[in-house]
Amino acid sequence: MLKSKTFVKKTRSGGVMKIVREHYLRDDIWCGSEACTECQQESTVLQKDACIESNLCSYPHYLIPDTNVVLHQIDVLEDPVIRNVIILQTVLQEVRHRSAPIYKRLKDIIHEKEKHFYTFTSEHHRETFIEREPGESANDRNDRAIRVAAKWYSEHLKPLEAETDGLKVVLLTNDQGNKQKAEESGLLVYKFEEYIKGLIANSELVDRLALSNDDKNEVTSSKVLFPEHLPLSRIQAGIKSGSFVQGTFRASRDNYLEATVFVQGEGEDSTEILIQGLQNLNRAVHQDVVAVQLLPRNQWVAPSSVVLQDEGTAKDDDVEEEEEEKALRISAAEAARKTTGKVVGIIKRNWRPFCGMLNVSQIKESTRHLFTPADRRIPRIRIETRQSSTLAGQRIIVAIDGWPKDSRYPNGHFVRSLGGAGEKDTEQEVLLLEHDVPHQAFSQAVLSFLPKMPWAITPEDMVKREDLRQLTVCSVDPPGCTDIDDALHCRELENGNLEVGVHIADVSHFIRPGNALDKEAANRGTTVYLCGKRIDMVPELLSSNLCSLRSNVERLAFSCIWEMNHKAEILKTRFTKSVINSKASLTYAEAQMRIDDTSKSDDITKSLRGLNKLAKILKRQRIEKGALTLSSLEVRFHIDSETHDPIDLQTKELMETNSMVEEFMLLANISVAQKIYDEFQECALLRKHPAPPPSNYDILLKAAKSKDVAIHTDTAKALADSLDVAKVDGFPYFNTLLRILATRCMMQAVYFCSGMDSDFHHYGLASPIYTHFTSPIRRYADIIVHRLLAVAIGADSTYPDLMDKHKQSALCNNLNYRHKMSQYAQRASVAFHTQLFFKSRGILNEEGFVLFVRKNAIIVLIPKFGLEGTVFFDTKDKVSPSVVFDEEGPALTVQQHTFHIFDKVKVTISLDDSNIQHQKIRMALTEPVIPGVSVPVPDAAPQAKKPKLDR
Amino acid sequence: MAGLELLSDQGYRLDGRKATELRKVQARMGVFAQADGSAYLEQGNTKALAVVYGPHEMRGSRGRTLHDRALINCQYSMATFSTAERKRRPHGDRKSTEMSLHLKQTFEAAVMTQLYPRSQIDIYVKILQSDGGNYSTCVNAATLAVIDAGIPMRDYVCACTVGFVDETPLADLCYAEESGGVSSLALALLPRGGQIALLQMDARLHQDHLETLIEAAMTACKGVSKVLDEVVRQHLQEGSVLTGE
Ligand SMILES: [Zn+2]
Repeated sequence: MLKSKTFVKKTRSGGVMKIVREHYLRDDIWCGSEACTECQQESTVLQKDACIESNLCSYPHYLIPDTNVVLHQIDVLEDPVIRNVIILQTVLQEVRHRSAPIYKRLKDIIHEKEKHFYTFTSEHHRETFIEREPGESANDRNDRAIRVAAKWYSEHLKPLEAETDGLKVVLLTNDQGNKQKAEESGLLVYKFEEYIKGLIANSELVDRLALSNDDKNEVTSSKVLFPEHLPLSRIQAGIKSGSFVQGTFRASRDNYLEATVFVQGEGEDSTEILIQGLQNLNRAVHQDVVAVQLLPRNQWVAPSSVVLQDEGTAKDDDVEEEEEEKALRISAAEAARKTTGKVVGIIKRNWRPFCGMLNVSQIKESTRHLFTPADRRIPRIRIETRQSSTLAGQRIIVAIDGWPKDSRYPNGHFVRSLGGAGEKDTEQEVLLLEHDVPHQAFSQAVLSFLPKMPWAITPEDMVKREDLRQLTVCSVDPPGCTDIDDALHCRELENGNLEVGVHIADVSHFIRPGNALDKEAANRGTTVYLCGKRIDMVPELLSSNLCSLRSNVERLAFSCIWEMNHKAEILKTRFTKSVINSKASLTYAEAQMRIDDTSKSDDITKSLRGLNKLAKILKRQRIEKGALTLSSLEVRFHIDSETHDPIDLQTKELMETNSMVEEFMLLANISVAQKIYDEFQECALLRKHPAPPPSNYDILLKAAKSKDVAIHTDTAKALADSLDVAKVDGFPYFNTLLRILATRCMMQAVYFCSGMDSDFHHYGLASPIYTHFTSPIRRYADIIVHRLLAVAIGADSTYPDLMDKHKQSALCNNLNYRHKMSQYAQRASVAFHTQLFFKSRGILNEEGFVLFVRKNAIIVLIPKFGLEGTVFFDTKDKVSPSVVFDEEGPALTVQQHTFHIFDKVKVTISLDDSNIQHQKIRMALTEPVIPGVSVPVPDAAPQAKKPKLDR
Repeated sequence: MAGLELLSDQGYRLDGRKATELRKVQARMGVFAQADGSAYLEQGNTKALAVVYGPHEMRGSRGRTLHDRALINCQYSMATFSTAERKRRPHGDRKSTEMSLHLKQTFEAAVMTQLYPRSQIDIYVKILQSDGGNYSTCVNAATLAVIDAGIPMRDYVCACTVGFVDETPLADLCYAEESGGVSSLALALLPRGGQIALLQMDARLHQDHLETLIEAAMTACKGVSKVLDEVVRQHLQEGSVLTGE
């Protein structure tokens, strides 16, 4: 309906091109307060009794933060204590414009009902909209708009004072000028710090305050340490004219005075620019996007090979940096010199909260301390806290607030503590944060899209579904699995053929495109499995309940059903949404027992036997086509159920039933891939595994040759066949080692969008096309594939993003990134548990094999623990032994002994916890004995302590 | 930050309207004395001038003469200064030709052409300023011009552009919304009978959403028709005051 009467039209213009936009002002925007009787609002957000215990404001009040307060103090605003806040549209828009992550956090707070954050659409309110005045900057205009809106609120609430114990609004700003003007117009206004310090029971919140720039920093001297950063306008002009280049700043892990800037060129060609020295690094932090000016050629330097850690007490800001950087001044050969430059400005900061530990200041009373991040590429950060004694020895999170040019270190603030360093929960949290695994509890906005409990299948759900409840479907999974996403059945048809069904949890029925739940799952990309912990991609209600195909409950499924003959040839394939009722949830071992137990002949067992028989044929066919069976030692910890400490390590053993389930999953994935590609040539989400370039195999070929074994790598089939026959007498482990090496030669499999690529081949599986369909509970790619398949069979509707190959390609990038990070996190978790395991066991002496030979070290694999470690031969403190490396072999001669790949050695294994943030497993050689290099065999005593319950 | 937020959580659009609200429509009829009928119409910042000649005898090639009804000839053009980016618009470019054709179809459905066999009605529409929904504004302006010319129509033809964002249909899109990646649809309606004169859409939209979108468009068109009706009545009143009737 047209409400022309209530609208006043204003235009606004901006940019070089004059853009005229309409801007309607309304008088039906309400204040959102429960106390208000004037506004005709249907629901309210702000409480009437807005009490927060404060020395400063003894009356109930609503807070109005300005943009900078939101941007810098979001950590405090997120605290449950802070409630009844008015977020002005002006502020919301500015935040959105300036920081996407903070905008998202702010929106999450607004969604949380208990926080009582109200968004006031001030820019469209007739009385709070203001126009920019001539000569007024956009920032000043917005500040004024915030003051006008605050004023409006205070006048709007004034008539209600009697009923509300003097309800007021309080403006929070850190800008001195803004504060003064607000005071002049009679507003209640405080600086954010002032307000937070005035709260009763605030001690923790105060630490979380970000240090604001205008805070006089008594530690930093007046001396300017760094060159000024250029303003963005000059940077842009410089980039355009070619005098600066733009790139991503990558700090060196080993040398805090060195970094490279990665400049993305056109297409493949990209360059790296070396930056050396504090002045040239000029306050850039790892991952920032910076502008770099190249130095004249005669000032170019070579990357230094020294390891420099910024350690010890805080360096005074005026320490002669010459001193610090002396180590760098090693005259380098002309040829080794690289393009060198200096950072002149920051285009975009990419600061995230960092994990690390506090170096408590030597001065007892000091509240300023240095913080050492776990990531060595991040500089140390100076923070202010009064709880340093409690925080010492804990892993904490710190956010950087800024890096003034007169400060040696960036300033930051304490965000929260993760717990004691070395503790399991803490370390787990650290590794999740450091691998960028989103693991916070799901927000209210996300949870609001979950089905309401009690949930039941409705007749509407049945419209496009087949009723398969009577089928003897069962699931086979590892023990303790609660997110069961697949189930199977097999039965004989009247015509003598077999019907085989793979039933996958119908997650896309519950997660609808584009809502908060869907966006969250798309961002997480995958469920992450750590030792003893699972970080779900979707809320537990779905992952472990409604979508989990548990036995004896009705569940929605997406079924792929084949008709096969007894030679496992597919005669017919069809896909349908369905309802199933699983008859049994079995473990691999249970399923195996049923198959082997000849006395059993119930329907479930018959079904399993049928499946098993077909799976064997399928597997044989697949291997004949050239699918690879590679090896990686997967280790599983036996975790004590009470202490959650790892008590034993065991390499995963595979049963026939493992491969039975796997075979049908592969088959379903291939069938679905074909179907969605046939239907959507441009936008099918597929998975490919490129063939490795021949050079990748060098190490494998050399290693095999050293044992007189020939390996052919021309095709996957040739490789698979030659691996099968590779045997060395008296060395049964040789084949496994060879397969481990072969695995390392492989490329990473990736998701991609069919419209953006032409090579679909899956090398490892020897399949021309492949995708992921069978695990939608734990992989987002499968959800997209489900949606595509549902559209293809007319069971669900499509939406624009699903058909947009560019958006899908961007999604694939995220999924590939998350997938990679989750693998790293998983490995880090195994490494951490390995450390815990060895911590209690003292020094062990174990047998291992040389897996790789490097210039100054050998990499040893201990099959018993699936553990890989490095034995270094150039120790810092001792006289280095003579080490000769032969690249062709490859072989490494240490003193008189020469190491080759596959050599059997004995090493000691111990935990090196000298650096609490970077604990590691240390290995040292005991056998063969090389004088001056190998160490004596440790006492076997710790071995005896091993508890009996270890099998 | 990429993209604009077309619909805020509070339910307001970029320019402060709610999803179903139209832009402010202002119009005048009979702005151009030489023509048989004319009208000027503003729909928000989109401004159009429509001029109607006829019905008159066929001009040009006689071959086009229709023996049972009048021929409707439409010509659409955009002023050089109508968009933020000033560019010359040659007459008869593909876009204008298409738009002309759409207008022709629309008015063939609305004008009672059978009353004037073997004659011709010319409708010229010029966009003076463009801010989204050009087609709809043209149709609405032309309707007023046809009424001004006294040519009988079955009903007002009212047009409106609607788009689909976050599962919500937005009525009467402005340029920022049209270019912000919304699947939009233009619909011309004879509101009283509810007949659709023209429906045009080039974006991709799922079939399931089509019905909601068309419904929203029809509601919006009915809103437009009310405003047009008011304009016509106002104009007649002014006219009758002048002639002293
Ligand atoms: Zn009110």
